[in-house]
This record gives sequence, structure tokens and C-alpha cells, in this order.
Amino acid sequence: MDLILFLVFAAIAVGCGVNLVVQRHPISSALSLIGVMGSLAVLYLLLGAEFIAAAQLIVYAGAIMVLFLFVIMLLNAGVERGVDKSRLARWLGLPLLALFLGMVSFLVRRFYPDKVSVAFGGFTGGGPADVGRKLFTEYLLPFEAASVLILIAILGAVVLARKEID
Amino acid sequence: MSAVPISWYLILSAILFSLGVAGFLFRKNIITVFMSIELMLNAVNLSFVAFSYKLKQVDGHIFTFFVMVVAAAEAAVGLAIILTVFKNRRTLEIDEVDSMKN
Repeated sequence: MDLILFLVFAAIAVGCGVNLVVQRHPISSALSLIGVMGSLAVLYLLLGAEFIAAAQLIVYAGAIMVLFLFVIMLLNAGVERGVDKSRLARWLGLPLLALFLGMVSFLVRRFYPDKVSVAFGGFTGGGPADVGRKLFTEYLLPFEAASVLILIAILGAVVLARKEID
Repeated sequence: MSAVPISWYLILSAILFSLGVAGFLFRKNIITVFMSIELMLNAVNLSFVAFSYKLKQVDGHIFTFFVMVVAAAEAAVGLAIILTVFKNRRTLEIDEVDSMKN
């Protein structure tokens, strides 16, 4: 069951990722990215990260992607013009990408042989209570810094998106 | 017997990261480039959670949480910048936004 779920949602994630790169219209890319994020949330659940899976759906697929879609529709972004990549990139890019992925796969499989495996329920320390306890004790200072960062980001977004700037 | 090797999760993360890099390098629309960055962040999050499972510690989840926070802040500021660029230049093509080039 784990294997089937992993394969199905990994295939959805990779398919949506490829679709993000090859689609010409930004709306199609954004919807593909939502597909990637949704299937990643299922994979997080398989890894026992319940809180992160919920946050992934709410924050990423919910909030951030709605912001993206809103901006795309606000700017009425159309189909992008022909991609004029150089001939070198076209003929060398994909083989080099495949080579890179092959090397990474080789190294990862050397470091983590197949007997190091993931079974659903093998790690149960990823619920909201566990994450919260760690977050508010050991990682309290980064948490407060993150709140200041968000405040600054809000101020920056408001200042940048003002009407007066021309 | 139906367990999944942890290396598959890491390889999936590498594949998604490479797709993000490809989109970042090849696409010309500024919003799509930005979405490719988000895809790369998501790929890294997946390997954080996978390592967290491997080490049986919750620290990787905390890191993923902070990556999400930074991504949210980055999306807000970045999209505001995109709005301003579009207001000033009426274009979303990154090749046409080149005033710092010469």
C-alpha cells in the first residue's frame, strides 16, 4: 500500500513538475505547481509529518498559490513568447540534467541502501504537539525572528505595491 | 514488504529540484521563474522531511516550517516587486527588464 501510494503521488508530482516547465501559459504552470504541492502533502503524511502536511496544504497550496493566481489574473499575463534558448543549451541541457540526476541517484543509493526504508507509522513524532513543543522551546528565537521577518515582508509589500510609485 | 526505500524520496526530491532549476533557467516569464523557485523550495522540504524520518527527530519538520515561512514572505515581497515592474514597464518578460545591464 505504501509503495502504491508513493509511486502514484511521486508520478503525479513529477508529471506536474514537467508540466510546470513546459507549459507556455502562467496559469497552467501555477495549477501544475498546486498539483505538485498537493501530492507532496500526501508524501509528507506517508513520512509521518502530519503537521507539515497540513501546513503544506494550507500555507503553500492555499495561501501562496492563491496569491500567485491572483497576481497572474490581475496582470492578465498571457502566453509567453517563444523561448529562444541557445543551441548549446538545447542539445546539452537535457543530457547534462540526466547525467546529474544519475549521479545523484547513484550517490544516494550508495549512502542509503534499500533496507533503510519508510513505512507508514514508523515515525509518529511529527504531530502538531511534538512540533509545537520543539518550536516553542528549542527554536523559540528563530520563531520570533520569523515573526519579525513576516512583519517586514508585509511592510515591504505594502510599500512596493502602493499606487504612488511610478 | 510494502515499505519504500528512503533513497526514492531523496531521488524524487532531486528530480523536482532539477525541474525547478530547468524552469528557472529556460523560462522567460517572470512569474513562471518565480514559481520555479517555489518548486525548488518544495523539493528541498521533501528531503528535509525524509531525513527527519530517517533520524527519527522532529528537527527537519521545524526547518521545513521555517522554509515555508520564508517562502511566504518571499512570495509577498516578490509578487509586489513583479506588480511594480509591470506597472512601470508593461511587460513580464525577463529579457526586457534589463536597465541594470548597460
